[in-house]
Amino acid sequence: MSSILILEQILNGLQFGVMLFLMAAGLTLIFGVMGLINLAHGSLYMVGAFATAAVAGATGSFFLGLVAALAAAALAGAIIEIVVIRRLYKAPHLDQVLATFALILIFSEGTRWVFGSFPLFLDIPDAISGPVTLPGGIEYPLYRLTLIGIGLAVAAGLWLLIERTRLGVQIRAGENDREMIAALGVDISKLYTLVFALGAALAGLAGGLVGAIQSVQIGMGEPVLILAFVVIVIGGIGSVRGAFVGAILVGLTDTLGGVFLPELFKLFMENGAAQKSGAAVASMSVYVLMCLVLIWRPTGLFGVRA
Amino acid sequence: MNKLFLVATAATLTAHSAVADVKVGMITTLSGGGAGLGIDVRDGFMLAIEQSGRDDIEVVIEDDQRKPDIAVQLSDKMIQSERVDVMTGIIWSNLAMAVVPAAVNQDVFYLSPNAGPSQLAGQGCHQNYFNVAWQNDNLHEAAGAYANSVGYENSFIMAPNYPAGTDALTGYKRFFEGELAAEVYTQLGQTDYAAEIAQIRASDADSVFFFLPGGMGISFLKQYADSGIDLPVVGPAFSFDQGILQAVGDAALGVVNTSQWNKDIDNPTNAAFVASFQATYGRLPSLYASQGFDTANLLVSALETADPSDADAFRDALRAADFDSTRGDFSFGPNHHPIQTIYAREVIKEGDVFTNRIIGTALEGHSDAYAAECKM
Repeated sequence: MSSILILEQILNGLQFGVMLFLMAAGLTLIFGVMGLINLAHGSLYMVGAFATAAVAGATGSFFLGLVAALAAAALAGAIIEIVVIRRLYKAPHLDQVLATFALILIFSEGTRWVFGSFPLFLDIPDAISGPVTLPGGIEYPLYRLTLIGIGLAVAAGLWLLIERTRLGVQIRAGENDREMIAALGVDISKLYTLVFALGAALAGLAGGLVGAIQSVQIGMGEPVLILAFVVIVIGGIGSVRGAFVGAILVGLTDTLGGVFLPELFKLFMENGAAQKSGAAVASMSVYVLMCLVLIWRPTGLFGVRA
Repeated sequence: MNKLFLVATAATLTAHSAVADVKVGMITTLSGGGAGLGIDVRDGFMLAIEQSGRDDIEVVIEDDQRKPDIAVQLSDKMIQSERVDVMTGIIWSNLAMAVVPAAVNQDVFYLSPNAGPSQLAGQGCHQNYFNVAWQNDNLHEAAGAYANSVGYENSFIMAPNYPAGTDALTGYKRFFEGELAAEVYTQLGQTDYAAEIAQIRASDADSVFFFLPGGMGISFLKQYADSGIDLPVVGPAFSFDQGILQAVGDAALGVVNTSQWNKDIDNPTNAAFVASFQATYGRLPSLYASQGFDTANLLVSALETADPSDADAFRDALRAADFDSTRGDFSFGPNHHPIQTIYAREVIKEGDVFTNRIIGTALEGHSDAYAAECKM
């Protein structure tokens, strides 16, 4: 296996990782600040993708589509926070899971009602489509490089927001002691709505960006949601830095595992069987990673709470 | 209201003649990710029932949500409390395996408009089970035959790691005479194919065969087109049906795929079907819609000569397949699976709409590899 192929696969893993981070960042913020398990986060990802496809289809501008994705997902997030989620903060986790699962069904059938049952068209804008040649002779799609860039920029922006702004101070305080910051006069319900909308907007952005190279269809958010939960458990629940490291780890493990495990199995198995067992073990690899991290650090890499 | 009316007509009919009401149970996928397929089968089926002009056929339609356990519950309900005579509709092979064997053993007829798992074509075949679409391996076998005919010698082949994926690669390999550059199993439901595309780029293949139904195929084709690799791609029709082509867009143009049906097959039944489907539902039919339409017409043709209450006569009437198929010639093999021609199609753009056009025949009068194992 050539070094070019290995480098290309590392880039693929990185790109997958930063997109997972956009999903996981919102999920971990919502869990960290409000103590809420939001299964409907994948639906917000789907809302972002559908909004991008609809607006890009109508106006011809992918950029406007992304703006619409941010707006639509943030709006949907704010609405469900005010109408449904707000009633669940004091409820046990099981009730939260039940209610947000119901939201998944409502979002899915609502989307079908508006857009129909068939997948929507969304393509990469011409300006950033096609491959570019990187130093070392690697041919790599420009769009995927752009995704890596956007993901890293959002991560940096989020770090600035949390470490350097007043809102960030409130978010961090909210993670540590909810009653105390309410007592200090911070409007906690407005803060919650804001954090929820921010998390939703990030999920919507991920949906719009990824929708251009994947299939914009109903139910597209749920597989990503499962991996995003793995990411925040690995990173430590509530930690945005943990979500970033966890997302990159999961992205690399998933991509490189899928490529190299079948190769490894070929050393001592017949070709077809090695492919099948390699693929089967590769699909477990992120969960094995999660188990190993939890054995080593039961609260996750950057987690503080048990 | 409609149901009341049907029950009322049934009551008068039994009073005056021997023609009884026929009850059909349709279990198909109408919600969730795979709903487009079930909706097409249902719409094709109901169009044919409507065009038959018969008002003594009652169709009960239920949504299985693509979940085997729900399909089994629905099937129990249909057989035990609705007392249906004929069942149909299931899209996915794993659901068919959960429902069909139990249903046909309770003396219900099952007409499959889509799923054709090998288990039901070989040793597990049953006299009350008819498949109107294809045996699962068929379109992949045709893809292998097509690859030979255009001289591909080294294929990179890829499918999800689940039973139908294994069947797909087995089917391709059964007919393909060249070498395999690599045989790759992806995860079921995978949406990112960057890793596989990098492997294709690094391989010395001269062609790519893939079976990635539904959304998986949309993702792969878009990413493949963006990667700049220009190896020819061939696959079964499941990633190129009318429902998803619009979502793939230009990335699918020119790709060759194999199918037992296309809207330009030249016969009067097909022309009328395409025109009336488009007029009724406002969209072009897919191969799934044609399969639903043919299934209903097979049922109607059998009802013309026999009643399901006389199981032996009704079975003979089904076996005769005396109906005008959208595919032209149609007949059943000894295991009640179709013997039919499978075409090579190419994705084209007609105005603003992406669709397929037949460019040749991949396999003629093709049966399946399991028929010999079937003892009925």
